[in-house]
Amino acid sequence: MARKKSDRRRQLERAAMYPLDWLEERSGLVGGVRYFLFRKVPGDTNWFHTLGSATLTAFLVQLVTGVILAMYYKPDPKSAHASIDHITHEVTLGWLVRGMHKWGASVFIILMFMHMGRVFLFGAYKYPRELNWIIGVLLLATGLFEGLTGYLLPFDQTAYWATVVAININGTAPFVGPFLASLLRGGAEIGPDTLARFYSLHMLLIPGALLGLITLHLYLVIRLGVTSPPWSSEAAGSGRPPEPPPAQAGLVRPRPRAAVKGRPTE
Amino acid sequence: MEDPRGDEQRHQPPPSLWPVGFAVGIVCLLVGLIVSWPAAAVGAAIAVVFGFLWARDVVAAGRGPALPGPGEPEAAPTAPAIPAHKGEAAMPEPEPAERFPRSVFLEMSTLGLGGIIGGIVTVPAIGFAVLPAFLKQHSPEIDLGPITDFPEGQYVVATFLRNPSEGEISRRTAYIRNNGMRSGTPSFTCISNRCAHLGCPVQPGGPVFDSKKQTVKTKNGEVDLIPALPAAGFICPCHGGAYDQEGNRTAGPPVRALDRYQFLIRDGHLVLLGTYSVSSVSGSGAQAKIHRYQLTGPGQHIDAPESWLYPVQPPH
Ligand code: HEM
Ligand code: FES
Repeated sequence: MARKKSDRRRQLERAAMYPLDWLEERSGLVGGVRYFLFRKVPGDTNWFHTLGSATLTAFLVQLVTGVILAMYYKPDPKSAHASIDHITHEVTLGWLVRGMHKWGASVFIILMFMHMGRVFLFGAYKYPRELNWIIGVLLLATGLFEGLTGYLLPFDQTAYWATVVAININGTAPFVGPFLASLLRGGAEIGPDTLARFYSLHMLLIPGALLGLITLHLYLVIRLGVTSPPWSSEAAGSGRPPEPPPAQAGLVRPRPRAAVKGRPTE
Repeated sequence: MEDPRGDEQRHQPPPSLWPVGFAVGIVCLLVGLIVSWPAAAVGAAIAVVFGFLWARDVVAAGRGPALPGPGEPEAAPTAPAIPAHKGEAAMPEPEPAERFPRSVFLEMSTLGLGGIIGGIVTVPAIGFAVLPAFLKQHSPEIDLGPITDFPEGQYVVATFLRNPSEGEISRRTAYIRNNGMRSGTPSFTCISNRCAHLGCPVQPGGPVFDSKKQTVKTKNGEVDLIPALPAAGFICPCHGGAYDQEGNRTAGPPVRALDRYQFLIRDGHLVLLGTYSVSSVSGSGAQAKIHRYQLTGPGQHIDAPESWLYPVQPPH
């Protein structure tokens, strides 16, 4: 009887797993996700290592709330501010979504800086992770540009004059500055096209660039593994066991090639 | 078995103090740009010297003999990573690949055609995004109404739509003073309120008589005229830039005087044209001598050596 039950159970399990198996067989995605989630990291990682994922979470919150805001926002000088008013005071839960997006923007930027500080103080930018630092710098610049373009959208006095000043600061860059400023304004003067231009940059071009850069960034994090903290006995360069047991070696540093036969997880 | 450290050490630059000197030089250069040119030059020199030493070390380290890994086998240390599921044993000896002229031709034509098709699609798209910002930039004429509305010797705050078809976004403000007659023709001072620091709207330093506001209907729609007494000149709310009544910079971060509007008088109406930039004004009123330059963005120098940083201006 017990045997029969376990047969049944196995059958059920197989039925439940069928969609996943189907997907895995055709795409390898399940294995990929599992590899990502269960890859080895050094045993002495700590809370500071979560700042990168926190930044990612903040970015995802901005994506979702931004898409919802775009359903009600009107990027036209005549109606932009009215539509923001409408979102804040009339649309159900509009105040919440707008608040999340508005405050989340600052959270995202602050987390980016904290994550960068952690990478710097842990020396995690050193070989072989210099390229990921460079991608990080691009992410920082692109992220700040996302903030700049978003700041104009409420189209009140603060937004307008802050953007005037920001564009003119760009205009003072040597040689290319004046052209940059015209490009940002969409002309010699701020006009009806400026807002739509900033909106397009803010919701399409820059988020796309950020997504691409984040993909590269995470690819390198997974490929190179996460560093141990500097005080770790396993810190790079400070002598390590000749043949590290796999559970601790993780992906921090390449394991001897012969040992890397199968997938290192599971 | 290859020592994993082998690869790592070969890529690590030796510890070095040169980058610190280089950083000090850069800081000195940046600070010098703000406080004094000689300091900037010293900084640049430090940065160049230390940068050179640093680069020399890095290059020398890169050229050094490859460290033989302890007990390293034949595997070339610089070879690309071997796919994990195959392992070293499965790797075939790389052979110089045979190249057939026809396949080279096909490769090249695929790349070439792909490039051309990509270009045909992207060039117009990028042009559409970029060119409108630089083409057809012209200053409209702005009719401010009869000159009799501008009492002699008094400033008036004129607010108008630069381009009525664009609506409120094109609202601009000018400070206008009727200077009376100068050798038979009317003279006006038409100052733009765009701060020469970063473009905030400068305000009159003195009372603005809102109760005497007058609205004139012109070709540009409604123009508001409010008499004002900017006894202290003009003051910027953003970073405290200050100007005198002729628009000369007197204090704060602006790099030059306030821009001015060109104007003409047609059928007894004051008509503003485009704006131009001004380094400074000597004299005042109808006798003022205006040192005039092509219109330039706020914050950009137009007369000192710093103006060399902005040799070409986009069409305004
Ligand atoms: C959109 C912004 C960013 C996101 C979503 C992001 C995400 C992440 C994540 C999830 C990790 C894994 C390790 C960890 O969490 O600490 C990571 C690592 C890393 N990040 Fe970022 N990051 C961002 C911006 C930056 C910036 C601005 C820099 C530096 C300029 C940077 C440099 C690095 C480096 C060098 C690593 C490797 C650290 C290690 O292996 O220990 N990242 N990033
Ligand atoms: S914009 Fe006027 S002082 Fe800065």
